[in-house]
Amino acid sequence: MPVIWILTLILVFSIIGFFLGRARAMTSAGGDMRSLHSLPSYYGYNSALFLAVPSLILLGLWLILQPIYIESRISSLLPETAISEDTTRSLVMSDVRRVAEGLDVAVDQGAMTADEARNIRTEFVDVRERLGSVGVALGSEVDAPILNAAQQYRELSSTMNIVMTVLVLALGAAGLTFSYVRTDKDFRARNVVESVIKGLLILASTIAILTTVGIVFSMLFETRNFFTQYNWVEFFFGTVWDPSFSGRGGLSEFGLIPLLWGTLYISFIALSVAVPIGLFAAIYMSEYASPRMRSFAKPVIEVLAGIPTIVYGLFALITVGPFLRDFIAEPMGLGSSSSSVMTAGLVMGIMLIPFVSSLSDDIINAVPQAMRDGSFGLGATHSETIRQVVIPAALPGIVGAILLATSRAIGETMIVVLGAGAAAKLDLNPFEAMTTVTVKIVSQLTGDTDFSSPETLVAFALGLTLFVMTLGLNVLALYIVRKYREQYE
Amino acid sequence: MNDMRLTERAVDTNQLKITARDVQVFYGDNHAIKDVTVDIQDKTVTAFIGPSGCGKSTFLRCLNRMNDTIDICRVEGKILLDDEDIYDKRVDPVQLRAKVGMVFQKPNPFPKSIYDNVAYGPKIHGLARSKTELDEIVETSLRRAALWDEVKDRLTAPGTGLSGGQQQRLCIARAVATSPEVLLMDEPCSALDPIATAQVEELIDDLRSRFSVVIVTHSMQQAARVSQKTAFFHLGNLVEFDDTTKIFTNPEDPRTESYITGRIG
Ligand SMILES: Nc1ncnc2c1ncn2[C@@H]1O[C@H](COP(=O)(O)OP(=O)(O)OP(=O)(O)O)[C@@H](O)[C@H]1O
Ligand SMILES: [Mg+2]
Repeated sequence: MPVIWILTLILVFSIIGFFLGRARAMTSAGGDMRSLHSLPSYYGYNSALFLAVPSLILLGLWLILQPIYIESRISSLLPETAISEDTTRSLVMSDVRRVAEGLDVAVDQGAMTADEARNIRTEFVDVRERLGSVGVALGSEVDAPILNAAQQYRELSSTMNIVMTVLVLALGAAGLTFSYVRTDKDFRARNVVESVIKGLLILASTIAILTTVGIVFSMLFETRNFFTQYNWVEFFFGTVWDPSFSGRGGLSEFGLIPLLWGTLYISFIALSVAVPIGLFAAIYMSEYASPRMRSFAKPVIEVLAGIPTIVYGLFALITVGPFLRDFIAEPMGLGSSSSSVMTAGLVMGIMLIPFVSSLSDDIINAVPQAMRDGSFGLGATHSETIRQVVIPAALPGIVGAILLATSRAIGETMIVVLGAGAAAKLDLNPFEAMTTVTVKIVSQLTGDTDFSSPETLVAFALGLTLFVMTLGLNVLALYIVRKYREQYE
Repeated sequence: MNDMRLTERAVDTNQLKITARDVQVFYGDNHAIKDVTVDIQDKTVTAFIGPSGCGKSTFLRCLNRMNDTIDICRVEGKILLDDEDIYDKRVDPVQLRAKVGMVFQKPNPFPKSIYDNVAYGPKIHGLARSKTELDEIVETSLRRAALWDEVKDRLTAPGTGLSGGQQQRLCIARAVATSPEVLLMDEPCSALDPIATAQVEELIDDLRSRFSVVIVTHSMQQAARVSQKTAFFHLGNLVEFDDTTKIFTNPEDPRTESYITGRIG
């Protein structure tokens, strides 16, 4: 039975369960709602939840685990002889899956009867041609063991599907029966529903956490693969970034330092633009501007945050880059490249202004007026009050805003590609083209890639490095915020 | 009655610290203070009493122009400090507030250490020539606010971590440290226990030897204990203003009498 049908059934039965549970509770109370422990609808929810939650969880787990199980079963059934020298077991398995899918399609379209699909033999039928005629193109002739495995694959899937349907529905029925039997007027349905809901919330956060953990582990795994092929000392301390692409031959050099330097240099320039401008704009808006001015200026600044970064990139490429080159870099003899660290840094800084200003503005506004009054009452001027009372009170939030902007700067790609170029270089001159970690991740993964060569795997090592950097920043932000909290609250 | 006081004033003009004439305060359309005329003498404690919402805090805030920070607030009339109109264009409200200190109705310590809270005013106004002098100012101010013994071992702890009553005394110490000429106190004892209240009252009495104090209070006993002059406000009007003994023993206005005996309010 298709999954969508199972879901519909569960939904329908839950609704029925709701009314059953409610009705039973009412009957047990003799029709008087006041002698029930909980409101009648809680008994209904109780029945519905006991039906739906366990069966949905079982269904979810089954759907995740079934392909893994079938895969390993069929793979162990494949004879060694089916795997020729120039291929691997996993490649053969993907052929098997493809043929199995093809047979499914053929049956669906009526080009083959179900019996036929189960029993055809390569000796009598040209499977490749038959499947080709229903639109499933296969790379090579289907040989007997593969067809055989594909047929087993289909067989196993369909039995497993039936088992799943039966088990899921049986579990739902059991849950309903259990809760139905328990329902009577003294049963604490309200508390049970409360704890089930709490459980669901916990489940949701667990899924979020597990996903993060999963991402980290997959990165770790690929990174480890990379380090089996490339020396980690050379990666972390190498000063040359020179990957050779497949086909050109030669050895690649993956030194992280130039990329890291580019990332930090550009982020530094971006933050030196964004933090002062953003912070001062926030102070002006929250402390000096009239409400009318503020209600106009704040949205206008926030528009900056809504511009896609590729547009900023174009701005860097077309306007800022040539301008800096023609009016600053060339006259001063600092280089003749229009893509430069300065270009990307400036444009990225503009992009980050609203991140800093908008958050800081909200935070400064949240500082209680009583605190300003206290300072004014002692004869402090407006700017003394801002410097000595308002900003310190708002500091944890402001630091948070700045670190958020930093994370954005480190992770930014588009502006860098268009503004600073893609040449990995170690240089102090801000008018020189350089590049960042993110840009190199993209360029290592685009084009003709082979996911087992160090040229590709290095992207994961770079990604993990970025992840660790932003994680470190977040931890730092938390630490700072907590430290000031203790002091100021 | 007004005439009587005017003649009195003629006798000892130099004693007058603040003179308010026909003061009106509006919050938008809300006429919060109506025609208030008051003389506050130097080296005297003046108490403002009256039911909640009658405008005591509002009038108090006029005296150091704290109402400037409220957009919708408008003040009319004349208020003179040492014969100088404080609402004159040439007067710098910042300078004025250094002379007329204030303790607010709700404690509002800064998010700084206890020491820095008290040292804030002296630092801004350059009252201390050296660190030791500053330390001294901080210590005496905290002692006068009856807080020293409780905080002397944790001067670096945040002021916001103190209890409500301690915070209020910290705010008093902070205001005293700036050595103002007039100290405005808006219900300084509302969060204090009887012992701390007694200490603060002692402080007020002590401050009187050097400058004038205006205190808003809801406690009749407190007004009677600490003040020499009492002003009774009702619905934005100044109903009666006279010697404290006179107000409490022989009030002219029936509204004053019923408030003092507990019938209004
Ligand atoms: N910031 C403000 N904005 C608008 N109206 C205000 C403001 N502050 C006070 N008012 C109004 O002014 C009137 C007087 O208020 P005020 O705070 O001076 O009373 P109060 O006598 O100090 O009362 P309490 O004893 O409760 O402190 C009230 O009607 C109040 O609603
Ligand atoms: Mg008040």
